[in-house]
Amino acid sequence: MNFLNFIWLIPVLPVLGALIQLLFGRKLSNKAVSFVSVGLPGLSFVWAVGCFFQFLGLPEQSHHVFIKDIYSWLPAGAFHLSNGSLGYLDVHVALQLDPLSAVMMLVVTGVGFLIHFYSIGYMAHEGGYYRFFGYMNLFMFSMLTLVLADNYLMMFVGWEGVGLCSYLLIGFYFLRKSAADAGKKAFVVNRIGDAGFLLGMMLIVVTFGSLNFLEVSRAARSGQFEVGNGIVTAICILLFIGATGKSAQIPLYVWLPDAMEGPTPVSALIHAATMVTAGVYMVARSNALFALSPTALHLVAGIGAATALFAATIGLVQNDIKRVLAYSTVSQLGYMFLACGVGKYDAGIFHLMTHAFFKALLFLAAGSVIHALSGEQDLRKMGALRHKIPTTYGTMAVAALAISGIPPLAGFVSKDDILWQAFAGPHGHWGLWAVGWVTAALTAFYMFRLIFMTFWGESRVPHDVEHHIHESPRTMLGPLVCLAALSVIGGFIGWPKALLGGAWFEKFLDPVFEGNLPAPAHGYSQGLEYLLMLLSIVAAAAGIYGAYRLYVQRPELPERAAAAAGPAYQVVLNKYYVDELYDALFVNRSKDLGNGLAAFDLGVVDGGVNGVGWSTRMSAELSRLWDIWVIDGLVNVAAFVVKVLSYPARVIQTGLVQSYAWFITLGVLIFLAYYLIHF
Amino acid sequence: MTPVPTDYYVFLGSALFIIGVVGVLTRRNVLVILMSIELILNAVNINLVAFSQYFRAVDGQVFAIFVITDAAAEAAVGLGLIIALFRNKETVNADEIDLLKW
Repeated sequence: MNFLNFIWLIPVLPVLGALIQLLFGRKLSNKAVSFVSVGLPGLSFVWAVGCFFQFLGLPEQSHHVFIKDIYSWLPAGAFHLSNGSLGYLDVHVALQLDPLSAVMMLVVTGVGFLIHFYSIGYMAHEGGYYRFFGYMNLFMFSMLTLVLADNYLMMFVGWEGVGLCSYLLIGFYFLRKSAADAGKKAFVVNRIGDAGFLLGMMLIVVTFGSLNFLEVSRAARSGQFEVGNGIVTAICILLFIGATGKSAQIPLYVWLPDAMEGPTPVSALIHAATMVTAGVYMVARSNALFALSPTALHLVAGIGAATALFAATIGLVQNDIKRVLAYSTVSQLGYMFLACGVGKYDAGIFHLMTHAFFKALLFLAAGSVIHALSGEQDLRKMGALRHKIPTTYGTMAVAALAISGIPPLAGFVSKDDILWQAFAGPHGHWGLWAVGWVTAALTAFYMFRLIFMTFWGESRVPHDVEHHIHESPRTMLGPLVCLAALSVIGGFIGWPKALLGGAWFEKFLDPVFEGNLPAPAHGYSQGLEYLLMLLSIVAAAAGIYGAYRLYVQRPELPERAAAAAGPAYQVVLNKYYVDELYDALFVNRSKDLGNGLAAFDLGVVDGGVNGVGWSTRMSAELSRLWDIWVIDGLVNVAAFVVKVLSYPARVIQTGLVQSYAWFITLGVLIFLAYYLIHF
Repeated sequence: MTPVPTDYYVFLGSALFIIGVVGVLTRRNVLVILMSIELILNAVNINLVAFSQYFRAVDGQVFAIFVITDAAAEAAVGLGLIIALFRNKETVNADEIDLLKW
């Protein structure tokens, strides 16, 4: 079976599902909708696996990349590059399978399929079942277009598509104002990042003459451009701005916590496992460009580390189970960018993959908890659930251990690799490591705070909810167990050499990041690596123990600590008032501009139009007055004159024959007189 | 015996004519107006005969016979008009017949 020849089926099967749902979905039963919209992504995953293994079996020369050209989309013609030479832009619709896109493709289709499957149970009683699955399928299509594209423009099409689906799915319960607002916020903030991405793309066109990944990378590595080139730095920074929007880093992360308004499977798929990772993928894809710009790399690493710590502190004090996970996602994405920023892209991608497993699991399990508690999401109203919903508890605990970085689970391997590179790599700095290390401790703490508040301790569940606590159906538990298994064993493919592993993941991705990977342990001893590894484990254990003491043994302590911290606690609880700051600086200023323009439109433009109408009416009025007073006046004056003249005239008409006879006589006499005088 | 100068007859005729005209114009009673009209006609007759004698032509006298006939017919019609008028308006005062007044 030649899977690779039909690689385009991987994105096309889901979009068929989307089309079916959005055209006929209303008339289909839930069963039919599920069959189509879960089956097609499932088939897509099977095809992806087939393509993957076929790709592995390709001969060595073409091993590193497979292109399937479909259509010449924009044969834009010749033009002059910024350095004066002639370029020819020819953008194709084509799919590229190389180690990097293979990893992404498998994660997206695999985790995506599990989440679709879970949604059958979770969304079973919701209205708009077909609409949900239609949008989810559309998302899968967009995301797969993004990761399988062979050029920046097609990737951007997928980029925009996932943004659209994110908007549609966050605002799925559109009758709720907070949900509609959250969807709008996500789309608008994303758009700001997209502006950066577009500008970066345009600069790429005029600098390299192409948008194709292979061509741009080849040109960047050719030695034409010196390290530290200004234009390339500008390109990288602009692309990174796009990444901060899509992958929720400082300063454009504000949409992700609000995005929790959407159904939980949406949070799992889009805001944990796939869409938010698009920025990381894009930076990794552009590694040849970033290699030419240490400034940009430092920016990426700095923002990644800062975001990781910042978001972790906010997650510490949140009381909504999904909010904690949302800030956790922002924080972990920061780790991925930190990895890319110190040049170890494969560590970032590895963390992307393991994070997809345990974060999707965390969200789905949270959904299971919410389902069990008939919609409750507040941690303060949970507790003592571990015996009542054991499978959910077990899988969620596994995920929490994984994200905290407890060996040998997946999170430990990926996070530790990043921290080691942050300290010891050629672009690394001990400061970056310190931030990452503290964040790791905080991660373990807030994650187990969540676990203990939800599943351990005294039950704070309201009485009427407590009666209905039930474990989720098997369609929901199945994906949880799968993801838990992946969270446990997922680390093994990247097991570090230091611990006698084969580091297969790193080797697999090597061709994509040609020579970019800094030599590990540049001048640092092997012992240091073991020490740092130990410190990571200590940090995680400390976090877990701290959470245990505060939320199981002495549950009254957190409130006292919060009260003691007073204003500091309030600031963190309110997310450092960043949303309020953005509102004052940007949102309200934009609304003011809108209002100003609207006032202009109503006042000046409409005023003008109304004015023309008014002046027409006025001139008609003047016409009327002229007609009445002047024209009719003249006519009346004429009549009046005639009347006045008649007064003396009618006196002649006496009616008496004798007076008429007088006049005749008078006339005769006058004639006589005339003749007598003249003759 | 010298013949009577024609002038005397013309004076007489014009005097009668003027009296007749003044009578038509100023008298109130319609019968008197009729009589004044007869005076005018007779004055004209005198004039005609006077000039017939002056020019030794008989035309004037023939015409005068015609005028007399005509005057008689006219008087008959005029009296008939007056009777019809009296039947309608109960008056023979010219002043009171002003139906066509403005």
